[in-house]
This record gives sequence, structure tokens and C-alpha cells, in this order.
Amino acid sequence: MTGDTPHPWARAMRAMAALAVDTDTLKGLTIRARAGPVRQSAEAALAKLPGPKHRVHPSVTDTQLFGGLNISASLAEGRMVHDAGLSDRPGMLVIPMAERCSPGLAVRLGQILDCGHSHSLVLLDEGAGPEEQAPAALLDRLAFHIDLTGLRWSEASVSLPAPADIEAAQKRLPQIAVPQDAFESLTFLAARFGIDSLRAPLLAIAAARALASLDHAMQVSEAHLTEATELVYPARATTLPQDPHEADQPAEPEAQTDTDADTDGATDHPEALPDEMLIAAVAALLPDGLLDRVTAKSRSTKPASGGGAGSRRRGNRTGRPLPSRPGHPDGRARIDVIATLRAAVPWQALRPKHAHSRVTIYPSDIRLRRFEDRSDRLVVFIVDASGSAAMARLAEAKGAVELLLGQAYARRDHVALVAFRGTTAETLLPPTRSLVQAKRRLAALPGGGGTPLAAGLETAAQLAAQSRDRGLSPAFALLTDGHANIALDRTSNRVQAQSDAQSRAAHLRMFTLQGCVIDTAPRSSPEAASLAQALGVDCIALPRADAQRLSKAIDQVLDA
Amino acid sequence: MKTPFPFSAIVGQDQMKRAMTLTAIDPGIGGVLVFGDRGTGKSTAVRALAALLPPIRAVRGCPVNSANQADCPEWASVSDLEVTERPTPMIDLPLGVTEDRVTGALDIERALTQGKKAFEPGLLARANRGYLYIDEVNLLEDHIVDLLLDVAQSGQNAVEREGLSIRHDARFVLVGSGNPEEGELRPQLLDRFGLSVEVTSPDNIDDRIEVIRRRHAFETDTDNFMTHWQAEDAKLCDKILTARSALPNISSDDGILRACAQLCLTLGADGLRGELTLLRAARAFAAFEDTDQVTRDHLSAIAPIALSHRLRRDPLDEAGSTARVSRAVSEVLG
Repeated sequence: MTGDTPHPWARAMRAMAALAVDTDTLKGLTIRARAGPVRQSAEAALAKLPGPKHRVHPSVTDTQLFGGLNISASLAEGRMVHDAGLSDRPGMLVIPMAERCSPGLAVRLGQILDCGHSHSLVLLDEGAGPEEQAPAALLDRLAFHIDLTGLRWSEASVSLPAPADIEAAQKRLPQIAVPQDAFESLTFLAARFGIDSLRAPLLAIAAARALASLDHAMQVSEAHLTEATELVYPARATTLPQDPHEADQPAEPEAQTDTDADTDGATDHPEALPDEMLIAAVAALLPDGLLDRVTAKSRSTKPASGGGAGSRRRGNRTGRPLPSRPGHPDGRARIDVIATLRAAVPWQALRPKHAHSRVTIYPSDIRLRRFEDRSDRLVVFIVDASGSAAMARLAEAKGAVELLLGQAYARRDHVALVAFRGTTAETLLPPTRSLVQAKRRLAALPGGGGTPLAAGLETAAQLAAQSRDRGLSPAFALLTDGHANIALDRTSNRVQAQSDAQSRAAHLRMFTLQGCVIDTAPRSSPEAASLAQALGVDCIALPRADAQRLSKAIDQVLDA
Repeated sequence: MKTPFPFSAIVGQDQMKRAMTLTAIDPGIGGVLVFGDRGTGKSTAVRALAALLPPIRAVRGCPVNSANQADCPEWASVSDLEVTERPTPMIDLPLGVTEDRVTGALDIERALTQGKKAFEPGLLARANRGYLYIDEVNLLEDHIVDLLLDVAQSGQNAVEREGLSIRHDARFVLVGSGNPEEGELRPQLLDRFGLSVEVTSPDNIDDRIEVIRRRHAFETDTDNFMTHWQAEDAKLCDKILTARSALPNISSDDGILRACAQLCLTLGADGLRGELTLLRAARAFAAFEDTDQVTRDHLSAIAPIALSHRLRRDPLDEAGSTARVSRAVSEVLG
């Protein structure tokens, strides 16, 4: 295989050349590499591509992107002076640290790409792990994904075609023809790799045309299609292709339409089935650990790790002050007058003196205030008070709640308690920091009855949503043996109860909270473990814990 | 600006196309929300709709597209009073937009040069009698959303700032699109959209191939492609115009009203907006189908797009709400 697959660097150069030939359709590329000599060579190659380039930091403002009022020029000239934004100037936007690009910026960049002013985008992705990557909204729009991780500098030897060649290829592009069956085979191929977006086959076709044009061909050949799919598909794949005959069998119990489509395809276009060669070509380039990545993607918003307190929020209104930063007052931020003066003072001797002012301040002196605020943490205890969990556990939970509350003042923790027993769950203790109130309510917590686990999880999810709206960072500790036997509709149906509990757990997981499941069964049970898995948190078996150990265990998990 | 992809050439996505056509027939339905995966043609459809719509007649110099001279706002002091045709406004609301760009604000240029306090109309003024399109509506900042809600409900934009006190008509069809993966939409805003459509990538391989083919033809052989499909678009446009004129004559008997109410009761939809929109959209649909009476078939065709976003939400699965609506439809309309 290694013999006929081109080297990653050579592929990267082909992708860049193709992008230069058909910028409007291919939109751009992602280069995944840590900062280093290889990435520098890649950036040097990018710089040689025709057209203007703008480097954009991920914290770029809307004014820079879309243009806005130029305050100083407006005041000076006495009429509105608008600065053009990057969206008005066609060119290549290069975004370093793309993995830190916020969803908001991703969407704005996507809009710039979509508005058809021949912009292109290059994302320099420096993500360390599989879960760190550029936003999916952009990855979907850009044709090529190039992974240069692990490449040595000496391997980065091939260079781009000469500018004249690229220009000639651009001129040839409109005449390049695409064979009709290419559409079928590329769409099939995308389906086989589980690529849902319809942009992928379109981009692959455009890429194949650009490559053919670079190779002085007038017709897209099999080799170009193979190369294009190698460039476009691997990073988008979500499943490994199976043999069509094997694939049919598991597909049967699934939706009717799927099998219909399969059989339709097989009878109507027998010739259009993707060549095994194409599949092999793409499969050879699939990134290692594809399935790991797929699962990582599906839980893309995993709980923020650690901290031990509420999550951090940056703002410019309240909280602990951070050092001021230079910036433009945009109506939301507040100016730090002292810091602004301090920035202006050293330059006074150099600046032209005005008779009427003692200090000359330039816009570049302006410093904005920043604050960091930690939101309070809320620990929600979800306690199984059913007969199966036994009364004793309840006493421990009560003790742990009181202990945590005891430390709450120093830790800024709030505590809430949801108990489920009989057929329903109820919030026994709404979020509070009041020890007195908590003790009074806890004393009256009864036990016994069925285990409506799903109801408990649902109430907890509601509580988490409410408290999050009020600016708290919720975390939870679920004390249960996992033996749900009351379904959401309050009937006693063990199977329904388990599936309800699983679905509610999946719901609660969407809040991406920190938390833990404390298995209170005498012997550690698979139910509690699978529940913890559904919640995406750790499971701790504590068959005989007292309040002290319980509160310590919870502390450890939440502070980890 | 590139030529937009023709509306009729969009493969499948019938519900989305139907919802958009209905708002073109009766703007009072109150907007469309299109939620779906990446690369399913949400934005393409909206841009295509703008090109499809019949032109409106408006006073040429009027900033709020008034239909006749009497409607022109006083503050605009319109000089060019001739009534001309112009394309139906389709205004983009970019995500990073500021409040004064939306509502309009003090005209700084005239304030600086002439020392006059004048009003510079914003996007809401330009969208009057047309469409306001918000891409990625779920990521729009909260204060802008609140402002839009207020205006969309009252049909009037009131500006009280910088010493200005101005109000003008702002009746527009709100079209929002977004990807639910990137964030939820606040329920308050959800309810303001008349119709809501969920789009997914086609799961039929032939449809997918057809999409790729047409798109490729559009990009490489634009002229021929457009000649063919613009004829189709023109037919659709005529149909919309016919339906518009037929709309006042569509009748709906008590049985239909009862069925609407029963449907909303069964689903437990909040408020009465559900019934009102359902009936209105069903009437528009009946007009489009060239019948003079709303039938139960019309109701059951419209119910999913008019009601699915008004149910008490179960954030677990979005597909669940559509299933609930179709169950209720088969229960009530049998």
C-alpha cells in the first residue's frame, strides 16, 4: 500500500494547488499540525499561493470581519467613514489556533464563505487530542483536511507547481468534463463511509476537476477521482465500509428506506457501485482510531474537567479584576481610565502638544476593564430513598449534605437534594446555602417504596437547568443501587423503568455536568455501572460508607 | 453576488419548500423556522425564495417600502413619490449586528455635518413588507432576539433613543435557519415562528445523486441550467399569485375549526397561536391547491409544520415531537 499512496506532504501540496485553481468551489483547507518546522514549511507554501492573504486571530471582532464605523476618521472628517471589513475584501483568511475558534466565529466565517465573494479559508489546527479540533460547521465547508502530524521536516520536500501553471489550470478549468458515472460512484462512496453532508461529493467532484486541470487533462479520469476522494473523504468518514453483501444483512431490521435505497442502487446502477479500488484508497487513509474519534465526536461536549468550583466566566462588569487590555470601546466594555492614562503618559513628550489639553490620548492608549467571575457551584444530591436502597443510606446522604453545607461558605457551594421513592421524585431541598433550612427539611425525609429512578433523574435535570439559568454551575451526586422498577408513567414495569432511566440519564448527560454515581448496593451492581456510563461519569462503589467518607468521596470526584 | 440556485431545482425537502411557499401566499402566517443538519440546503432555499417571489409595488423614495404616498412616514420626508415595482425585500440579519443597525438610529453623518437630528432607518425598516432572514438564528444575541420578538408581534418598530422618538411599520416574515447542534432556540422565539420545518439530508441515494448532478450543472453550465429552471420558477410564481388572489374566498366550515381546536387540545399546545396559525396555513394551502374549501387533508398536511414546535418540549429527541403530531393527526382526523 505504501508504494502507491502518495506521501502526506505531496498530498498537501496537491490540495493547495487544487485550492488555488478552484478557490470558489473548494473554499479552503484545514492543516492539522503542531507549530514546528513542518507547519512553517506548509505556511510558506500557502504564502506562495496567488491572491491576498489575511491572518485572523480566533478572537477577531465583528468590526474587523464585517467592517464598521471608523470613529477617529469620522470625527476628523465630519462625515461617516466606514472601514471595510475582511468580508468585503476577497482573499484567503488564515486562522491559526483554529481549534480554539468559538462556534459564533465559526458561523460568521461560514457566512462569509457562503456569500460567494471568493473568500477562502485556511484553518491551522493545533489540536492536541482527538477531541480538540476546529468547529464542525467550518470543517464541513472546507474541501481538504490535511494531517501533517508526525511528519519530519526533511520529508517536506515537494513544492507547489509554478504560478504560471496554476494560472493556466484556472483558465482550463471551465472546459474540464466530468464522466456521468462519477456522480453516482462518489455519492455511493460517501454513503458507504457514512458521510451525511452532501457537500462532500460536490467538493470531491470539484477537486477532481481541479486536479485534472493541473495535470493538463481535459477529462476527469479515474486516477483524479481516486486522488480527490483521498483528499476529501477520509477526515469526514464516520463508519468503516463493509462488504456490500455483509452490509445488507445488518441493515435489514433498520428503516425500510435504507434497504430500499440499497436494492434500488444495486439494480438500477450496477455499474455505478464504487470501485473497490476507490474504497481501498480512502480506507487506507482513514485516520487511526476512527471509531474512537466517532465516539469522541458524539460526546463532543464532555464535562469541563476539574476546577473544583464553578466554571469561570470572563466579563467586563463584575467579579475579580484581571489586568486591563488594549481595545476599542464597543459599547459593552468599560474603559479603565487609570490604565489608559498610564499607557498614554510615557509618550507625552513625543506627542504634539495642544494648548487646551494637558494629556494627549490616542485611541491606541485605551485600555478596557476585564473581570473574571466564578459562578457558584451547586451540588445536587439525587438520593434513592426507596425500600431497596434501605433507610440507612438515607441517613448517610443526609449527613453528607450537612457536611458539604458546613464547608459551603468557604467553597461557595450551594446544595440541593432530590429524593425519589414510591412513584415520584421531589425536590426536598431547593438550592440553598442555609444550614438551618437544610437541617429542618432533611429531618423530615421519609424512605421506602419503589424506585422511580427515571423520575429522579428528570427532576434533577430540571433543577440543573433552572440553576444554570440563574448562573450556578450544577454538579450532581447520584446515590442509588440502579435497580429502577417504576417507569415514568408511574407504573411498576421493570423493563420500561430501566429504559426510561437510561433515556433520562442520556438527557441529563446533555447538560455535561460534573458528577458521580455512588453505588449503594451491598455488592457492586452492573446496573449502577451502566447508569454511570449513560451519564458519562464515574461510578464509585461505597457499600458501607458513613457520612464522612461519602462527603470525602464526592469532594474528590468533583474536585478531580 | 452570484445568481441564487433556483427554488424549483431543489431536490426533495418538500416540507421546507411548502412552508416557504405558504408564507409567500399569506405573509400573515408569521414566519418559517428551518432547523437541520449541515449541508442540507437551508440557506440555499431561502436565497432561492427571494429570487422567486413576485415584485411589490412601493413608493420609490420611501425607506420603509410603503405601498402608497399616504403611508410614507413623516420623518422620512420622501421627495420621490412615484410608485414603482421593486423586488420583494429579503433582508439578511447578520449575527454580529448591533441594536442600532436593526432598529435604526440617529443619522450621525447629518448630525455631524448639518447639526440636524435625523433618523437613519435600520434593517427593520428595509424589511417592511418583505422577509427578514436570520441565518443561525439560535446563535443570535439575546438582546437582539428580544427586540425582534417585540417588533414581529406588534408590526411596528418604535425607536426611543438619542432624543429621537419615531415609529414606523415593520411587518415582515421572519425566516430563521439554524443547526440545533450549535445551540437551542429559546422557547419564546420558537413560538413566534408560524411554521417550523426540520430538514435532514435525503436518505435516498438517487435523490442524493440528483442533488449532486443539479448542483454541478448549476456551477459549470449556469446559463442552460437557469433557462430551464427559471421557467419552472415562473410557473410557481404564477401559482403563488393566483393563490394570493383566491385566498379571501377560501371557506372553512365549523367542522374544520373544531378539528383545529381538537388537534391542539390533544397535543396540549400552549396558547391559541397554534390553532390560528394552523387554520391560516391550511387556508393558504387550500388556495395553493386551487380548491375553495379547507379540507381535513389540508389540515393533516399542514399540522406537522404548524404545530411540532409548539409542544411542551422533550429535549431528548426532536423527532419525537413530529411523531406526536402525526399520532394526534391520525387520532383526530382519522
